[in-house]
Amino acid sequence: MPELDMTRSFRRTVRTFVNLLPIFTGMLLLTSLVLTLFPERLYAGFFGSSNTLDALIGASVGSMAAGHPLASYLLGGELLDNGVSLVAVTALIVSWVTVGLVQLPVEALLLGARFAFCRNVISFFSAIAVALLSVWSLRYIG
Amino acid sequence: MPSRRKKTGFGGWLFLLLVLTAYGITGVIDTETTGQALRFSATVMLSALPAVVMVFFLLLAADLLFKPAWIKRHLGRTAGVNAWLLAVVGGVLASGPVYAWYPLLRELRDKGMRAPLAAVFLYSRAVKLPLLPLMIHYFGLAYTLVLCLYLLGFSIANGVLMEKLENPGEPSD
Repeated sequence: MPELDMTRSFRRTVRTFVNLLPIFTGMLLLTSLVLTLFPERLYAGFFGSSNTLDALIGASVGSMAAGHPLASYLLGGELLDNGVSLVAVTALIVSWVTVGLVQLPVEALLLGARFAFCRNVISFFSAIAVALLSVWSLRYIG
Repeated sequence: MPSRRKKTGFGGWLFLLLVLTAYGITGVIDTETTGQALRFSATVMLSALPAVVMVFFLLLAADLLFKPAWIKRHLGRTAGVNAWLLAVVGGVLASGPVYAWYPLLRELRDKGMRAPLAAVFLYSRAVKLPLLPLMIHYFGLAYTLVLCLYLLGFSIANGVLMEKLENPGEPSD
């Protein structure tokens, strides 16, 4: 029944959204606090040596994170506004979703250790490649 | 969304509580900086609000239109190029936490789905349709389009690489 489907979907969406709200608010508050407490000059030293190194650092941070992708957009957006390169931010948001160090044991258990290891390694290097290619393409497009 | 998914998420609330505690501690030490951080949060929150509202409606649309049963039905039996495309589409449409999809992928693999397709599915999850408005809000439309295209392309590339690793010497589909 379509009406029943709609009500059920609406309830499910509200539940999902309500579960997202604390993550969104918490990440927003945390990012603001970190950026206010540790100004740009403090973490700018980690980035900016080269695009590849920026991508490597961004991908490493993203691989260790296990939060909702929404949080990576918020964090990435604020880092970008505070001078961190787009390559680093892109590598972070891509690896945030595609690489899962935290979920690795579960993935290995259910899908096989070899599969989980290979997939995560390939995804890590893909995040770096995607970040570099995206930024180069954007520069090319103008 | 997978049926085995958790219905409630206290983790998010716990996270918010921890952040508020950090604010409380920082507030005691340095009221001015904490106030500055709160004002900054409010500004960002207000600017992101329209995108967040749009996310709600896109989540609703995704829930109404795309069911795990569809993904299971199509990914489980298709082969060839279609299977690769369906793995990409399935990944893009899949919502919820990644670990909730592992049991379904395991089940599909037990029924004959090849491992590279599972890799394609997991990688293409990086394209989050309901969250696109927020990505556009933060990074712009051009960036979002370029990134999504690369993500889709790399999901296939990941699958091909996984296939090469699984069956060295054999040509892919």
